[in-house]
Amino acid sequence: MKAVVVQFPGSNADWDAMRALRDVAMIATEFVFHKASSLPSGTDLVVLPGGFSFGDYLRCGAIARFSPIIAAVRQHAERGGFVLGICNGFQILTEANMLPGALTRNTHLRFECRDIHVRVDAEGPFTAGLAASVLRLPIAHAEGRYHADEETLAMLERERRVAFRYVRDNPNGSLNDIAGIYGGPRRNVLGLMPHPERACEPALGSADGRQLLSSITKSILAR
Amino acid sequence: MTEPTVDAALALEYGLSEEEFVRACEALGRTPNFTELGVFSVMWSEHCSYKSSRVHLSRLPTTGARVIQGPGENAGVVDIGDGWTAVFKMESHNHPSFIEPFQGAATGVGGILRDVFTMGARPVALMDSLRMGAPDHPKTRGLLTGVVAGISAYGNAMGVPTVAGDLQFDSAYNGNILVNAFALGIAKKDKLFFGRASGIGNPILYVGARTGRDGIHGATMASAEFDDESDAKRPTVQVGDPFMQKLLLEACLEIFAADVLEGVQDMGAAGLTSSTVEMAGRAGTGVELDLDCIPRRAKKLAPYEILLSESQERMVMVARAGMEERVLEICRKWDLDACVIGRVTDTGRWVIKATPGYDPLSGDPAPHESAKQVFVDIPVSVLTDDAPKYNRPIADEPRALSKYPLDIASIAYDPRADLLEILASPNVGSRAWIWRQYDHIVRVGTAVRPGAADAAVIRVFCDDSMNGTTPSPREKWLALKSDCNARFCELDPRAGAAMAVAESCRNLACVGAEAIGLTDCLNFGSPKRPEIMAQFAAAIDGMRDACEALGVAIVSGNVSLYNETETPEGSRAILPTPMIGAVGLIEKPADVLTMGFKRVGDLVAILGPHGPGAMGGSEWVWTKTREVKGTPPSIDLQAEARLQRALISLARRGLLASAHDCSEGGLAVALAECSIAGGLGALVRIEEITAGPQAMFGEDPTRVIVSFLPSQLQLIERALADAKVPMRLIGSVVSESLAIEGGPTWTIHEMASAHARALEAVVG
Amino acid sequence: MRARVLVRLKREVLDPQGEAVRRALVALGIDGIRDARVGKIIELEVDMAPELAQQQIERAAKSLLANPVIEDFEITLENDS
Repeated sequence: MKAVVVQFPGSNADWDAMRALRDVAMIATEFVFHKASSLPSGTDLVVLPGGFSFGDYLRCGAIARFSPIIAAVRQHAERGGFVLGICNGFQILTEANMLPGALTRNTHLRFECRDIHVRVDAEGPFTAGLAASVLRLPIAHAEGRYHADEETLAMLERERRVAFRYVRDNPNGSLNDIAGIYGGPRRNVLGLMPHPERACEPALGSADGRQLLSSITKSILAR
Repeated sequence: MTEPTVDAALALEYGLSEEEFVRACEALGRTPNFTELGVFSVMWSEHCSYKSSRVHLSRLPTTGARVIQGPGENAGVVDIGDGWTAVFKMESHNHPSFIEPFQGAATGVGGILRDVFTMGARPVALMDSLRMGAPDHPKTRGLLTGVVAGISAYGNAMGVPTVAGDLQFDSAYNGNILVNAFALGIAKKDKLFFGRASGIGNPILYVGARTGRDGIHGATMASAEFDDESDAKRPTVQVGDPFMQKLLLEACLEIFAADVLEGVQDMGAAGLTSSTVEMAGRAGTGVELDLDCIPRRAKKLAPYEILLSESQERMVMVARAGMEERVLEICRKWDLDACVIGRVTDTGRWVIKATPGYDPLSGDPAPHESAKQVFVDIPVSVLTDDAPKYNRPIADEPRALSKYPLDIASIAYDPRADLLEILASPNVGSRAWIWRQYDHIVRVGTAVRPGAADAAVIRVFCDDSMNGTTPSPREKWLALKSDCNARFCELDPRAGAAMAVAESCRNLACVGAEAIGLTDCLNFGSPKRPEIMAQFAAAIDGMRDACEALGVAIVSGNVSLYNETETPEGSRAILPTPMIGAVGLIEKPADVLTMGFKRVGDLVAILGPHGPGAMGGSEWVWTKTREVKGTPPSIDLQAEARLQRALISLARRGLLASAHDCSEGGLAVALAECSIAGGLGALVRIEEITAGPQAMFGEDPTRVIVSFLPSQLQLIERALADAKVPMRLIGSVVSESLAIEGGPTWTIHEMASAHARALEAVVG
Repeated sequence: MRARVLVRLKREVLDPQGEAVRRALVALGIDGIRDARVGKIIELEVDMAPELAQQQIERAAKSLLANPVIEDFEITLENDS
């Protein structure tokens, strides 16, 4: 089992993802620099971590999608390989058209960091057996308001691709309370704004994020 | 460009007194040229030379068993065991933040982070200590909103969590807010880097952002008082680029790991000038720079401008001879500009060459060596050790307490209503509006988040690779807090400063951490006023008293003077604000305590001496009158030391369920905070609550509220008796409300909602 | 030649920054403003023939400067005066 955390120059939750995958889930994990044009052979899971990939002054993730590594990640996803985009990683996946929609400025215009609750609304490789469970996960973003046109939203709902939905309160104004969505030919691509990798150790306040790690570990082993 | 004639009158315009101008001429044996005048003006400014404060700073304790590097470097370094160190410093960015709150605060964060990673450390935590004007002053809302947004923008993008801080409001800051930023990093003890230009002939490199006309004379501005024209000074404010700095951070750490450097320093105040002068000064060498090759983004920069520019996100490195190519290679990987700009020399002189009129951005051909001219040639020591040093006149008494009489009986007292009013005070209530804008959890280390305890607790990874590739790295647990009750400092600078040190260390003890080092940021008014120098000198004495009693050293710091505003009634100084940043070490994660009550039935007790209930300078008086007056509390530093030692020992033995220090708002507010944080109340006995506000709202220091299982009572009593620390059992934890026997009751809900809306009135 | 690319959120997309500006203007007592939209202008200095420039900058706008999912763009070309 092999995982890769992509490092853009402004990634800053790259260590967070590494810690969760390597030291908590015990998956062999390595960093890959954005200038690389291919993934290490045998890569099962690619994580696009949180952060500010290229400063994100133009739009979050707008420049990152042109990095050489993104072409390799796209191929990996098209072949059914697992891709997880967390926060800035989710923004990059939408900018790269690997997931539909866009993430826009929070309605209240502020960066917001706090724990929120999401309900698992769709099963898939990252959420196997978790349907309807409510997870406590942290968010930390200024541009997390999910937006898509009506047809896209209808499609996401029809195909049950809304993986996570904010419950109790919607922290950023996302349409349909969307916190994360599935994509890819076999639901093998997941993008979400909350940070499951920052909620994998009880010492940090919540270990609910480990449920995603266990699920993806099982999904990789089931291949 | 024709240069003005340099004489005493021009020097005065550039901030040099007539006496200082004569001193400069004598040191050179000639009149400085215009470029040199600019260099003297920044290097001899208060900001760079500490000319009014140095004689007093030498009284601070700066050494100790854990201290690896004290003041004088880019940041202080303290041993945290197993070959690892904590590197930290606090610095002010007051004046720029008043002029342009967003960029001023953002670049303040950027600057302090550079100070820390320059030492070879990876930054892992930030704190912000803010002082704002009156909550209802028309500028306060915009300033606070802008400052918080600026800190958020920079710290979040850098991926360094802002985990703690403090904020107070007072009209004394109406025209001069304080923005003090603290950063902490982790470095290997044998991989520290210092700002030294050593090794004759070694190449000097410039790394990072290109030079523009940003913030020229920022260092002298930081030493000037504000007036109504400050708004017109906007062009001297620098703009920060956190993404550039992230590149700089990662590139620097990679260069450090490659083991090719002799020294490194960031270009902060007075940019290229102060960084290279200081590096040569520390190493006892000379420096020769060629400005023609400086990367630049503004056209037609004169040498004067290049030397004084405060463009952000730039570093100076001294590489070992022959290793410069490795540095350049790593910079290319990170898409950073870098080039060799000079050499270390054995002349002890700071020599600057450039080709007059040369501008690479205008497509000029590279100039010939023979076209270069010497623009500056000054002995390094003239700019560093021989800079002016003043022992300015000191008034006999800083401020006579008799000038601030307080008649408690004349102020209406209602224990029930007053507690809710103080919980909703912007000085006391919830800071969630602020810290939610900070990414306080990035780096998966924040074990105790803002608002949950008296100090933040972070887990840091001792990652040998420094780049995250070491599997399951060793973990260390640190606690951080900044504090200063400036009201006490105004009323009694010596006791107030001692209490600032004591409180910051007490806050660490309340999370189970032992203080291992302090940093300071000394914010005062004009040193030219004897009463301000009296405050300064007394505050230094108070800090020294407390450091010695508590066995802790000050390892780094910063002085910010001239924090005054010209008003029609004369110059108004801020409250003297010696901000203290404290760092503590936690032995094991199980020792960590938070403030919230944990279980119904736990006993509640106050540890520490029973004081008289001092009301001078208290939050109760401020809330009722908006004034700072009365006799402030006094502190018994030996009792304080005993309390802190005993508390840490109880935490390490696992005997306590919660701990919270009594500070602003006294015992009543502390009990309310334990209740709000834990979602549980308490039934307590407080004597004499009807006699006056002293028992409820008095602010005697050296008191901590703890809760614990009744079965631990005997062990705790015995330990405290041995430690000679008094304890008063006052009640027990109950659900739903805080109640005083024979007195008022408050539901958790009403206390929590008052607390939660405290900043609404300001930022609404 | 200079090219100016104006990037704005599409009409139907919520613009919280614009709304904040509008509310601030109302608070300032500047009446008669129904709506405010915030966009950004990207100025490019280009050395290309005008026809080619239009085409190249459209490519730049579509691929990087604007996100067609949420944003519109307008290109203005100006000769150096």
